[in-house]
Amino acid sequence: MEISRNWRLRYQRYKLEGTKCMDCGNVSFPPRRVCPKCGSENYATKALMPTGEVYSYTLVTSPPEYFESQAPYPVAMVKLDDGPLVSTQLTDVNYDAIRIGMRVEMVTRKLRAYGKNGLIIYGYKFRPEEAKDGN
Amino acid sequence: MKVRNAFVKGYGVAIPRYRIKDEAIAKNWGSSRGPIEEKAVAGLDEDSTTIAIEASRNALRRAGIDGEKIEVVFFGSESKVYAVKPTATIIAEAIGATPQVSAADFEFACKAGTEAMKCCTAYVSSELADYALAVGADTAQGRPGDELEYTAASGGAAYIFSREPENAIASVDEMYSFTTDTPDFWRRPEQKYPMHGFRFTGEPAYFKHVTMAAIEIMNSMGASPKDFNHVVFHQPNVKFPQNVAEDLGFTKEQIGYGLLSGRIGNTYSGATPVGLANILDHAKPGEKILAVSFGSGAGSDAIAFTVMDGVEKKRDLAPSVESYIARKVYIDYATYLRFRGKIDMGD
Repeated sequence: MEISRNWRLRYQRYKLEGTKCMDCGNVSFPPRRVCPKCGSENYATKALMPTGEVYSYTLVTSPPEYFESQAPYPVAMVKLDDGPLVSTQLTDVNYDAIRIGMRVEMVTRKLRAYGKNGLIIYGYKFRPEEAKDGN
Repeated sequence: MKVRNAFVKGYGVAIPRYRIKDEAIAKNWGSSRGPIEEKAVAGLDEDSTTIAIEASRNALRRAGIDGEKIEVVFFGSESKVYAVKPTATIIAEAIGATPQVSAADFEFACKAGTEAMKCCTAYVSSELADYALAVGADTAQGRPGDELEYTAASGGAAYIFSREPENAIASVDEMYSFTTDTPDFWRRPEQKYPMHGFRFTGEPAYFKHVTMAAIEIMNSMGASPKDFNHVVFHQPNVKFPQNVAEDLGFTKEQIGYGLLSGRIGNTYSGATPVGLANILDHAKPGEKILAVSFGSGAGSDAIAFTVMDGVEKKRDLAPSVESYIARKVYIDYATYLRFRGKIDMGD
């Protein structure tokens, strides 16, 4: 059930916690101990802005184990406002309504459950920025 | 009891986007219509935890504080996702309140949310904490074909309390609870659906407890119904709160903003807190609010508030109750069964 691995990932899954290079300013998500841009090991953790836009997307119809009950579901690359691209599920949206460039916001949702006896894993998904204006 | 030095600093709600009309449920069971118009239904990736986290983040936005300042997280629900493992720790972690935080889950049927609010008020008023977060959220289940299926809904609200009157949304003025051992509704361990006493849930349970809590808090304050601008009662349907309001002498205008069950259903631990949030979305500074919850088993919490100046600049910092109600997508009964895990997948 990978308890320890899921536990270690909780900050990035709950809070979009990434890293910011203290030398060149590059922001990484998932967090990186070595800056992929300048090689510096001088970094700070940072909860990224929970907003961005759809960079690309598709529909998963043949899901991996533990995701069967949710299929079909959309997944996307979301370009965060802080810079990094993050792969994520989209939620609270009809597939036909998704557009490249669509503004999205992070929500914490159930990613999967390890059967009826196992852990329930929560983490980020993104949905259209609609709740704010009531659309 | 009179409350000193406790203020609502933030509030927030979360209501899933999916709706099923009562007539779609009724049609399946050969009935003409149900007791409400439509109810909110959690999607496949939503549960009481995710609703609680979203409501808490909205409350933090209005409070204007970082999650790390929250020293208490109490979560009230009857649809916890684990029988053993606190949801409050997940909420606390998600909002960044860990590790210096007191956290626990409360269960008292539909009034665990207001009980959490009372305890958080006590924490800040007694100076045991500076900021305390109370959440009431549920994804309530009703047995297919049972009366509860028409109303058991999903949603929740979160409240942040502190001793700071500056920029406060409301003051907490008075609290009172009326509790007896009255078995009108229950769910045994490992049972998926609750049992209830049908008409027994009315007079000896809902009406007695709500009425007594409302009368006693008004007696304690030397107040009468006309002293309040707004009142919210627990709302298992539309008729019960309307009837109890009329019996107590409250007008339709006073219950207007707080009565949402016709449009979103009974959100159980979220019901009174969400109704209160809609009042705060509309109320003016200086107005008086009375909130009276009900939890089967049975008890009622009555809490009196006075709206403060902060409400006007705080309310737009997070989505309103009406905006959550408006962003709705209708589903049919088959989709509802799938979303609520009522289809036997053989696992």
